[in-house]
Amino acid sequence: MKKIIYLDNAATTKVSDEVLKEMLPYFTDVYSNPSAVYSFASEGKKAVMEARNRAAALIGAKPEEIYFTGGGSESDNWALKATAEAYASKGKHIITTKIEHHAILHTCEYLEKQGYEITYLDVDSDGKISLEELEKAIRPDTILVSVMTANNEIGTIEPVAEIGRIAHEKGTLFHTDAVQAFGHIPINVDEMNIDMLSASGHKFNGPKGIGLMYIRKGIKIRSFIHGGSQERGRRAGTSNTPGIVGTGKAAELAGLTMQERVKKETELRDYLISRIEAEIPYAKLNGHRTDRLPNNVNFCFRFIEGESLLILLDQQGICASSGSACTSGSLDPSHVLLAIGLPHEIAHGSLRITISEETTKEEADFVVDELKKIVERLRSMSPLYEDFIKKNEK
Amino acid sequence: MYSEKVMDHFTNPRNVGEIENASGVGTVGNAKCGDIMRIYFDIDENQVIKDVKFKTFGCGAAVATSSMATELVKGKTIYEALEVTNKAVMEALDGLPPVKVHCSLLAEEAIHAALWDYAEKNGIVIEGLSKPVDDIGETLEEEEY
Repeated sequence: MKKIIYLDNAATTKVSDEVLKEMLPYFTDVYSNPSAVYSFASEGKKAVMEARNRAAALIGAKPEEIYFTGGGSESDNWALKATAEAYASKGKHIITTKIEHHAILHTCEYLEKQGYEITYLDVDSDGKISLEELEKAIRPDTILVSVMTANNEIGTIEPVAEIGRIAHEKGTLFHTDAVQAFGHIPINVDEMNIDMLSASGHKFNGPKGIGLMYIRKGIKIRSFIHGGSQERGRRAGTSNTPGIVGTGKAAELAGLTMQERVKKETELRDYLISRIEAEIPYAKLNGHRTDRLPNNVNFCFRFIEGESLLILLDQQGICASSGSACTSGSLDPSHVLLAIGLPHEIAHGSLRITISEETTKEEADFVVDELKKIVERLRSMSPLYEDFIKKNEK
Repeated sequence: MYSEKVMDHFTNPRNVGEIENASGVGTVGNAKCGDIMRIYFDIDENQVIKDVKFKTFGCGAAVATSSMATELVKGKTIYEALEVTNKAVMEALDGLPPVKVHCSLLAEEAIHAALWDYAEKNGIVIEGLSKPVDDIGETLEEEEY
């Protein structure tokens, strides 16, 4: 098989060897249901407790504030729908942003149909919300502010601590979708004034099908999945012991390696950005240059279309992603790229590269070298480029 | 997701380029929707398409349908070219995913637009050819869904 250069770590990550090793016994040897009474169940119960401790430690939370779920989307659905339901008597207004993941946006659209009013905050050309606008948007009937910690497409990190502070000053709850940020950048729920936080195991070298929600002690939101009394009665369903163990281990490792990894990834990220900017004309970096996830590189290349770019990269063994319409199955390019003010035709030519700590400089060089050739080739057959060149000649 | 033929025509597109002083040029699609196709014809005095070139901004299917469309009309008379439908282009490519069917419509429209341009330049009427729509991207949505 051709060597794969995997640069789509925002889509999913590889389960690390240490994580897998720790998970495996819980499929076979320790397969007991952790809720059972007999002593055979106690080892599983202990492992779940330990995983909860580890996940909590990564974000400065108490273990009893961590609830394991079926994934990031479930956590987002839970936070929004259960808050809406629990606080409906106070008000029916929720504030979010135009660049959230669809797990938030489509849940908001659902809530709108249920009679809730949603304010979608604009972002600037870097993808940041305005704190002033947020402050103005909060009303007496606002029950929740939900702003992502970092954006999955363009990597921009939002001013989470200030957002939480403003929400609290105005007496409203603050939820953050930290699916892309958890384990990738430091998060502290107390320092950052977070009431609820969503995360997903497979985005930080844990397994798929498992997520978590942090819910600050004292916040009254109801159960989303009804049934047994797992997760302190707030999330029913037999505990996914291997998944929980894997997520806990991944969180622990993420904490241990964070400082070094952030430094390494940031250096390689900035190297990629500077080479692309220096060597490929009509390329625009999307997202904030410094307040940015360490693993995220996102560019628009004018006059070409993203899916074409992805197929040609794939032929060189390079896995990346794009916000073009053709990759979304609709006629519109990514809502995030449109929200930062890009015109449609430029947004169609986007490329997202998300590195991991395993990505090497040699791989980065190979990718830029190939990218240069591919962009040039696609431009040579683009009528938009032809028109642009002819216009400039005149 | 693409057939081998689509991949072949995308990665090795036939007839890419421009024709200077072309007999007819047609540009269809819009950048907003992410597809623009431009087809150039060199048509001789017997109304035979001697040469054809294209340039396309778009996805893999858009490039492949353009490439196949140029192959299907090359050497044909303008009336034969008019008969090349999006279905013919799709069949020649061993099919397209449902979301990409509009690319083949774009290829058909591009041929028609280039023929229209040829007819206008030469002051002739090509029977069965109607004026191409300005903005195919907008009208397609209704046809397809």
